[in-house]
Amino acid sequence: MALGSKRDTSKRDFKIVGTRPLRPDGIDKVTGRARYGADMSAPGMLVGLVLRSPHAHARIKSIDTSRAEALTGVHAVVTRADFGDVEDAATADTLDNCMAGAKALYDGHAVAAVAAASDAVAKQALKLIEVEYEPLPHVTDVDEAMAPGAPVLHEGRTDETVPQGMSANVISRCQFGHGDIEAGLAKADRVLKRTYRTEATHQGYIEPHACLASMGPDGQADLWCCTQGHYMVRNTCAAILGLEQGKLRVTASEIGGGFGGKTTVFLEPVALMLSKKAGRPVKMVMTRSEVLRATGPTASSSIDVRIGMTKDGRITAGFAELRYQGGAYPGSPVNMGAMSAFAPYDLENVRTIGWDVVTNRPRQAAYRAPGAPIAAFAVESAIDELAKGFGLDPLEVRLKNAAREGTRASYGPTYRAIGLEATLRTAKDHPHWTAPLGPNQGRGVACGFWFNFGGDTCVSLNITPDGTVTLTEGNPDIGGSRASMSMMAAEELGIPYDKVRTVIADTGSLGQNEVTDGSRVTFAVGLATIEAARAAKREMCRRAAKVWGIDEEAVVWEDGAAKPSGPNAGEFPPMTLEEIAAIASNTGGPIAGHFEVNAEGAGVSFATHMVDTEVDPETGAVRVLRYTVFQDAGKAVHPDYVEGQFQGGAAQGIGWALNEEYIYGEDGTLQNPGFLDYRIPVASDLPMIDTVILEIPNPGHPYGVRGVGETSIVPPLAAVANSVSDASGVRLTDLPLSPPKVLAAIQSR
Amino acid sequence: MSKIHVTTTVNGDPVEFLCEASESLLDVLRDRLSLTGSKEGCGTGDCGACSVTVGGRLVCSCLVLGAEVEGRSVETIEGMAEGETLHPLQRMFIKHAALQCGICTPGILVAAKSLLERNPDPTEEEVRYWLAGNLCRCTGYDKIIRAVLAAAAEMREAS
Repeated sequence: MALGSKRDTSKRDFKIVGTRPLRPDGIDKVTGRARYGADMSAPGMLVGLVLRSPHAHARIKSIDTSRAEALTGVHAVVTRADFGDVEDAATADTLDNCMAGAKALYDGHAVAAVAAASDAVAKQALKLIEVEYEPLPHVTDVDEAMAPGAPVLHEGRTDETVPQGMSANVISRCQFGHGDIEAGLAKADRVLKRTYRTEATHQGYIEPHACLASMGPDGQADLWCCTQGHYMVRNTCAAILGLEQGKLRVTASEIGGGFGGKTTVFLEPVALMLSKKAGRPVKMVMTRSEVLRATGPTASSSIDVRIGMTKDGRITAGFAELRYQGGAYPGSPVNMGAMSAFAPYDLENVRTIGWDVVTNRPRQAAYRAPGAPIAAFAVESAIDELAKGFGLDPLEVRLKNAAREGTRASYGPTYRAIGLEATLRTAKDHPHWTAPLGPNQGRGVACGFWFNFGGDTCVSLNITPDGTVTLTEGNPDIGGSRASMSMMAAEELGIPYDKVRTVIADTGSLGQNEVTDGSRVTFAVGLATIEAARAAKREMCRRAAKVWGIDEEAVVWEDGAAKPSGPNAGEFPPMTLEEIAAIASNTGGPIAGHFEVNAEGAGVSFATHMVDTEVDPETGAVRVLRYTVFQDAGKAVHPDYVEGQFQGGAAQGIGWALNEEYIYGEDGTLQNPGFLDYRIPVASDLPMIDTVILEIPNPGHPYGVRGVGETSIVPPLAAVANSVSDASGVRLTDLPLSPPKVLAAIQSR
Repeated sequence: MSKIHVTTTVNGDPVEFLCEASESLLDVLRDRLSLTGSKEGCGTGDCGACSVTVGGRLVCSCLVLGAEVEGRSVETIEGMAEGETLHPLQRMFIKHAALQCGICTPGILVAAKSLLERNPDPTEEEVRYWLAGNLCRCTGYDKIIRAVLAAAAEMREAS
C-alpha cells in the first residue's frame, strides 16, 4: 500500500517520542497545588464585578454611577466612557464586547464594572448603578436575522461581498470550490437536497474566566490570567488600553480548559482599567452564569446541501450553502465551515457558499475546529442518506470518494501525504464494524477534517552548568504539552526525558507566541523545540571541537555526546552533554539554543468515527453504546495524550449531537445559563471511547507530527446522527437530537 | 452583621476562622484558609469541582455554609497525600493520563476516594454513576474510569 511504504521511508527510530512518560505537572495537579486563574491573590487586592445587560438589545441612554462610587468600600467604577477609541475594527469589537458602548447587544453584555473591598460591597455597588435602557427589537435566529426587515444590530458593517438589498445583519459572503455543480448533478442517479440546522453550544470549560490585574500610574502593568494565549492577551489589552506592549507583562496561570473559548479577552481589559483607577490590584472571576451568557458559544447554523451520487456511490457534485450567526459581531467561522465541508473528498465539482451573520447573542468564540463540525454534520448526513438509499456500505462510499495525496482539495490546495484512506480502511477492518447490534440499536460513521495551524513561535532552550535542560516556551499547557515538549527536546539531545524541565514563560521572557489554538502547539512549538535543541547541539559540538583542537565540522552529535566524525577527525573519547556543560564557562560561556519562526507546514488531519447507539422508542432518549475513533496523528509524541484528545473531542461531539444547546426565550434572554440545564456529558452518559492512532507522517515536521486536538470533534455530530438514524429508521436534520425531537420523529414515522 | 466564629478540623489540623453567615465552605477554604485546591466551576452543585468530605460525607463545598462545619472534620484534596507519598488514586491519575487540564481533578479524586472507602471493588458502571456529579470536559472520562478501577485493584491487593 502506498501509504505504508511512505511511512517506512520516513521512519526513524525514536527512543523517547512515542513512549508514555509521566507528565511533569502531574503531581501539582493531583494534589491541588497547581494554580489556576482564580487561585492567585495579591496584597491589598480588590474584588471586581461586572454589571450586565438584562436586555437582548437595548440602547444605553445613560449610566449613572455616582451612587455606586459614593458607597463606602468602592474604589473604582468603570464604564465604556473610561476607554478611548480603538482603531482596528476587530479589536474595537473586542472592546465593545468587554464593555458595551452605545448599545447592549445581547443578554449578559457587560455595561459597567466595579472594584470594591469585598464581594458583598461590590455586589451592593452593582445594584446602585443606574442604567437607563431603551429596549430595541431583537433577533437571535440566523435565518430570521438575514430576512429583510429583521432588527438590525449594526449599520454599515456589511462588506463588498454581500449583494445589495440584504439585511444589514449579513456581514460577508465567501465561496470556495471548483468545477460545474449543475453539470455534475446532471450525471447523478440521485440528487439529495436537504436543510440542516444546529444550535449553538458552549465550550464548557470547567474553569470560569479569571484574572488578577495590577496597573500603576506609570503605565506599567502585570496581569495573571487563565488564557490560551497570554501574548494575545498582552497585545489586545495594550491596544485597548493604549499601553505599550512591553510595559504589560502577562503571566498565564494553569488553564482549566479552553477548547478555543479562551482565545480572546473578556475580563482582562476591564480588570486593568479598574486597577488603574483604584490604584490597587483587582481580581475578577466570572460565575458560571456569566460564562454561559457572555463568553464564547459557537455559531448556530442553517445549511442547505445538494449532493449528487451515482448508484455505485461516486459523488458527482457537492454543493452547500452555509449560514452561520456568530453573535453580535462579525467573524463567525463560516469561512472555515465552507472550506472544510467537503474537504475529505476528491470531487470534480464542488462549491460552498458561506454567509456570516450577526444576531443578538454573545460573540462566538472558537470551539475546537471552529465551524467544521456543523458543516461536517450536514455533508456527512447527506452522504450517509444517499449511501443508505442505494444500499451501499457507507465506509465503501467514503473510500470510493476519499481525498488522497495529490487530490485538489475542495478549498483550493493540493494535498500532500494524508491519512483519510488509512482511517477508513482501518475502520473497515476493525471488529467494531462487524459487531452484532440488538433491537433499536444502530451504527453510524462519519469523516472529519481539520487544517491545523502553525504560526509565530519562539522557544529558548538553556543548558544548565550541571547538564540538565530548561526549555522555555510561551504556550499554556492545556493537556500535557509540557510532557510532549520535554520529550522532543530529550529525543533531539539524546538525553533522558527527566533531564528536561519545560517552563511556560511570561510575556517578558520570550518573543511573540501565537495562541494555543489550531492544534498548533505539538506541531509548531515542537518544531521550534527541535530546532532550538539542534542549535544547542551545534554549539556543544563547537565547544568540543575547541577542547580537542579540531575543526568544528569534524564533530558530530550522537547519543547525547559530541564525537569526532570519523577516524580522520582525531581519536577522542565522546564528550557528553554534562561534560560540555560543566566546562562551558571556560569554553566561551553559557550554552543555549533558541528558535523563532512563523511555522508553516502544519499537516492537515483526518479522522473517521464509528458509533453505536440505542434509541428508546418510548422516550426518544439516545444512549451511546460503543465508540471508536480512527485518526491520523502524523506521529504521536505522547500516545496517552493523543488518545486523550481523540476521546475528549468525541465526548464533546456527543454532547453537541445529543444534549447541548443554547435556548433563548421570546424576550431574547438565555434560558439555560447553568450546568443543570446546559447539560454536558457526565461519566454515566458515556461508554469507554476506543482509539486507533494512525501515523502518516507530516512532511512539514521533523518528526512527522500533525496537530490532533481539533479533528476529533469534527465527525461525531454526524456519526451520532447517522447512528441514530440507523437505530430508529428516521433521519433527523436538526441538532441536538434531544429526546422530545427524536420521539416526535419516531412517532411521525 | 457580626461574623461567626467556627472551630473545626481541616485535613487533621485544628482550624479556627471567622466567616459571614452566608459564606460557603468553598469560599472559606479558598479565601480564608488558602486551600485553593478545591475549585469553583459553577457554584450551584452541578460540576463537583469543589468536592470535599465533611464528617466523612462527600459534599459540594459550594452548597455547604462555612458555619456548618463547626466541630466537624473536613477533608480536602490538600489532605489526600501523606507527606511525600501520593494516594494510589493520585498516582494512578498521573500514570493513566486521567487529567488533561486538571481543573476537575481535585474534586474527582476526593469523590473517587469517597467511593472506594464505601465500595473497594466497584464495577465500571458503579464508578461512572458515582462520578456522574463531577464534570470533566477534557477527557471523555475514559482514562479517569480506568485510573479509578486501577487504584481500586491496587488498594485491594495491598489490604
